[in-house]
Amino acid sequence: MSSPPETGSLQGLKFRERFPLLALIIERLLLSLVLLLAVSVLIFGGVEALPGDFATTYLGQSATPQAVANIRSELGLDRPVVTRYFDWLGGVVQGDFGTSWASRNSVSEQVGNRLGNSLFLAGFAALIAVPLAIGLGMLSVHYRNRMPDRIINIISLAAISLPEFFIGYLLILYFAVNFGIATFPATVFDGMSFMDRLKAIALPTATLVLVVLAHMMRMTRAAILSVMSSAYMETAELKGLSGWRAIVKHAAPNALAPIINVVALNLAYLVVGVVVVEVVFVYPGMGQYMVDAVTVRDMPVVQACGLIFAAVYIFLNMLADILAIIANPRLRHPR
Amino acid sequence: MNDFTKYLAGRVTAGGLSRREFMGRAMTAGMTLTAASHLFAISAAAQTPKKGGHIKLGLEGGAATDSIDPAKATSQVMFCAVRTWGDTLVETHPETRAPIPSLAESWSPSPDAVVWTFKIRKGVQFHDGKEMTTDDVVATLKRHSDEKAESGALGVMKSIKSIENKGGDLVVTLESGNADLPQIFTDYHLVIQPNGGVDDPTAGVGTGPYKVTSFQPGVRMTFERHANDWRSDRGFADTVEFITMNDGTARVAALSSGQVHYINRVDPKTVALLKRAPNVEILTTSGGGHYVFIMHCDTAPFDNNDLRLALKYAINREEMVQRILGGYGKVGNDFPINDTYALFPEGIEQRQYDPDKAAFHYKKSGHSGSILLRTSEVAFPGAVDASALFQQSAKKAGIDIEIRREPGDGYWTNVWNKQPFSASYWGSRATQDQFYSGAYLSTADWNDTRFKRPDFDKLLIAARSELDEAKRKDMYRQMAIMVRDEGGVILPMFNDYVNASTKQVKGYVNDIGNDMSNGYVATRIWLDA
Repeated sequence: MSSPPETGSLQGLKFRERFPLLALIIERLLLSLVLLLAVSVLIFGGVEALPGDFATTYLGQSATPQAVANIRSELGLDRPVVTRYFDWLGGVVQGDFGTSWASRNSVSEQVGNRLGNSLFLAGFAALIAVPLAIGLGMLSVHYRNRMPDRIINIISLAAISLPEFFIGYLLILYFAVNFGIATFPATVFDGMSFMDRLKAIALPTATLVLVVLAHMMRMTRAAILSVMSSAYMETAELKGLSGWRAIVKHAAPNALAPIINVVALNLAYLVVGVVVVEVVFVYPGMGQYMVDAVTVRDMPVVQACGLIFAAVYIFLNMLADILAIIANPRLRHPR
Repeated sequence: MNDFTKYLAGRVTAGGLSRREFMGRAMTAGMTLTAASHLFAISAAAQTPKKGGHIKLGLEGGAATDSIDPAKATSQVMFCAVRTWGDTLVETHPETRAPIPSLAESWSPSPDAVVWTFKIRKGVQFHDGKEMTTDDVVATLKRHSDEKAESGALGVMKSIKSIENKGGDLVVTLESGNADLPQIFTDYHLVIQPNGGVDDPTAGVGTGPYKVTSFQPGVRMTFERHANDWRSDRGFADTVEFITMNDGTARVAALSSGQVHYINRVDPKTVALLKRAPNVEILTTSGGGHYVFIMHCDTAPFDNNDLRLALKYAINREEMVQRILGGYGKVGNDFPINDTYALFPEGIEQRQYDPDKAAFHYKKSGHSGSILLRTSEVAFPGAVDASALFQQSAKKAGIDIEIRREPGDGYWTNVWNKQPFSASYWGSRATQDQFYSGAYLSTADWNDTRFKRPDFDKLLIAARSELDEAKRKDMYRQMAIMVRDEGGVILPMFNDYVNASTKQVKGYVNDIGNDMSNGYVATRIWLDA
């Protein structure tokens, strides 16, 4: 109790013991800041390493030395790499993502719009896919190695084996072109009514659900099956619980941790990895936005997109870990 | 009936021209009053444009990086957008590509073609309600001549010394004579904006048939008809919508399901399939764009004209048009001009695939070993396949071409105009002079074949200020033959513009000026119920 550093470490220890979850969250948040910084350096370096800079790629075949020099000096591309990086970082720390070099519009504004679209699509896909996958997973455990289990497996594995653009084209061909019952293209825009938006995203949502379903379903099935052989499940069966009830009430809660992890992984994919689906359905999301920006080396936009994608991944993974701890009483109340 | 009155009659049929305008123009073209009014009646009865409705276009070639500033319009979508909301001083005739009036009513050059006077149309209103003045015109042209504006038209504006408003007329003084100045003013970047767009380049305010109502780069753009538009032969639908659709399959699906009325860039390989769709019309127009293999005339082994000739004889042009363009194109003749240009020199012998001649010149060149050709999917659609076809046809002449496939990303920075032998493409330019000045003049930035001949340069400059068309045409013939027989370009094919619409769309004008009815598609078509 005499020297301050000891007290600090003692209190720190206590804080950690008393609020293990909070400590973990704070620790993770600090770590994710470092990670984001590292990601921004990597993206900056990556775009720098690509052949050609913004001036030459933006002007493309019509670049003249004079025009290239004009753009370079206007955007300060003639300064050293390190200076430019810290300039950009300085802006971001103050919440300013800068303006797009190509369109000269505010990056935050454009990203806000596109991110909203991406989250809208991902949100609805998740809303359908997650309960469906977990439900189907439990169903196939219940009927394990029997006909319903096999059918669920075959269909979901077939869906995951087909490339996503192919599923997209099939859905467009049948539901938009042949039967004419679905809206295509799925372009959403400002001022569109909520119902119209829902109609527009029906086909891309269906595609995404088919793509992510199998992964989550298979993990649910595997995780619950591994619990099914535990002694307490035998007890549940012996005390006369119905098979279905035993799965939902006793097996599933104990298999949650791996399921949560897979769900988080798939959610992250739904937000950041759907550029192909966006292109096929002409959906204005983040993926297409970032690809457009990379094509012309529009650094402020690439950086902003990269940071958001990284943040989504980090956040969802953190959420998965926290939920896994909450779901496990042994981790929730450490000794 | 001459070509011009034929064209006018066509525009009446297409719904483009009022009786008064038609009579006025037909009679200036030398028709009698009765003949003109008779012709109008026939043409007008054929089809009357229907007003109203909402036209949706699904277009390839837009990105989140698009800017609505016409100085920076480069993508296909923005090109078409600028043509929809803005007007240039001069337009081109859809069939002959001769300059015809738009915001400039008439023009006249000084005898040496150095000083040009343009009469500016009166009573034209901008979308914001202000009347367009000659000062707006002057400010627009000055902005595009300023290097700071980074305008895509800077190259063609370089030759202008001064731009002035003299008593309401636009007076342009050039560094040296240029008979093509009116065609330069058809450049789509040069749409007239209030005060030249200096105050707000991205306002999207112009004098076109449609005003911009919303713009989301790379996604969607909407327009509504400008009620006080100065003409009656354009802009029939109430509203227009552009949707950027960069995926070819998505465009075809959207068109065949009737969700859009018009799409651009139909893949020639799928045209035959799309034709089967009951409600779809394929629209093809010849154009001046072309696909090329370029050799640097100043780099070994291509500094030897026999080797260049050997390679020119070793390419099978017909096969390329069939296999790469699906038949939607014309064979090239190793010079960058075809009959979509005014003053095209007809009758130059077509170069054929001739393995014997190729072998003869190859032997004479004394070259041995393989020749490295760099190619990429971005060089032009089907460039990798075309390179393979070239390799096969050259093999029969005993020439060994080695193909290196380069990454598409950075191709224009690191390969094109840098490496001595590569695949590439060129779009059309307004005039022969513009094309040759941009890519064949010794000092041109984009002289991608390193073709440097003082006699060619001299001819080009002389032809530029020649107001006598017959003399000028002869000069262009000499230049074409020089490029064909001694240049570094192997030009197997000119690609057609292949677009498609639903059968509901009427009034489409096949305009040889550029793709998508020279960008005017949205303003020229109407929907037949």
